[in-house]
Amino acid sequence: MTIASTTELICFLVLSVTLVAGSLGVVLLPNIVYSAFLLGGVFLSVAGLYLLLNASFVAAAQVLVYVGAVNVLILFAIMLVNKKETMAAIPGLLLRRVLSGAVCAGLFALLLRASFTTDWALPGPTPVGEEATIRIGEHLFSDYLLPFELASVLLLMAMIGAIVLARRDVFSSDVITGEPVDQGLIEKARTPLLLEKPALEKTS
Amino acid sequence: MILALVLPGFSNGIPLQAYLVLAAVLFCTGVWGLINSRNAVRVLMSIELMLNAVNLNLMAFSNYLDGQLIRGQVFAIFVITVAAAEAAVGLAILLSLYRNRETVDMERFNLLRW
Repeated sequence: MTIASTTELICFLVLSVTLVAGSLGVVLLPNIVYSAFLLGGVFLSVAGLYLLLNASFVAAAQVLVYVGAVNVLILFAIMLVNKKETMAAIPGLLLRRVLSGAVCAGLFALLLRASFTTDWALPGPTPVGEEATIRIGEHLFSDYLLPFELASVLLLMAMIGAIVLARRDVFSSDVITGEPVDQGLIEKARTPLLLEKPALEKTS
Repeated sequence: MILALVLPGFSNGIPLQAYLVLAAVLFCTGVWGLINSRNAVRVLMSIELMLNAVNLNLMAFSNYLDGQLIRGQVFAIFVITVAAAEAAVGLAILLSLYRNRETVDMERFNLLRW
């Protein structure tokens, strides 16, 4: 083994240990804020694996989109909904966990068998390496042009949909006095998130 | 040298199957978390884990089997785009649900069940 391949192997082992431990932590840790930060670690180690696979552009996109946008979005959502609540106990929860664990282990065994018994066409053509970014650009503007443009439409639709779904109802007049009011103020005052609600707690 | 002794299958570089096994572990963890999480935000995180596993598979196949055309990398970019849109819409739905139900417990989101 050369020094380069040994280094690659060490990088792969470290990244895969980080990946597996981080993903288990995301699923198993009781505190969801820790889970969100571990999810960022998982995304970063996946980006490192992309670098090992000669895909520098996708690794950069992974860091920008997942770590920079999705993970921050998840952290914001956690901060917005982070109310201490005790989840009601469910009968048979442990049995459910064990059964779904068995199903997932079966799925894992199936995937393992598929990946080890399939006769892959190895070795394939030599990877393009550093020219990967150029090839991706050629693909995006020739044979994948329609999906590329549709992706922009999809992002626009998702953006508008997220705004419409997450927007609070705004009253143009005060509900109590009936006067027209500043919408910024009324939105802050009437939101259910910030109101202390003794009435709701009595009913529920 | 020591590494080569410990891992005999890795003597000619990292095999394709190593990436496939890693992606399988990630995907199964994501499926388990998706089924068993009671916090709705954690369900979304599990979906992201599964999408990353699929992307890892695409990149591994693109590097090992399709090294000249790298169609897997292009496809992974589209998956990343769709995942970003899904995360945005999913979290917006989650916020709206939280305003209506005052909880993030998945067991209590049964408005449409009966």
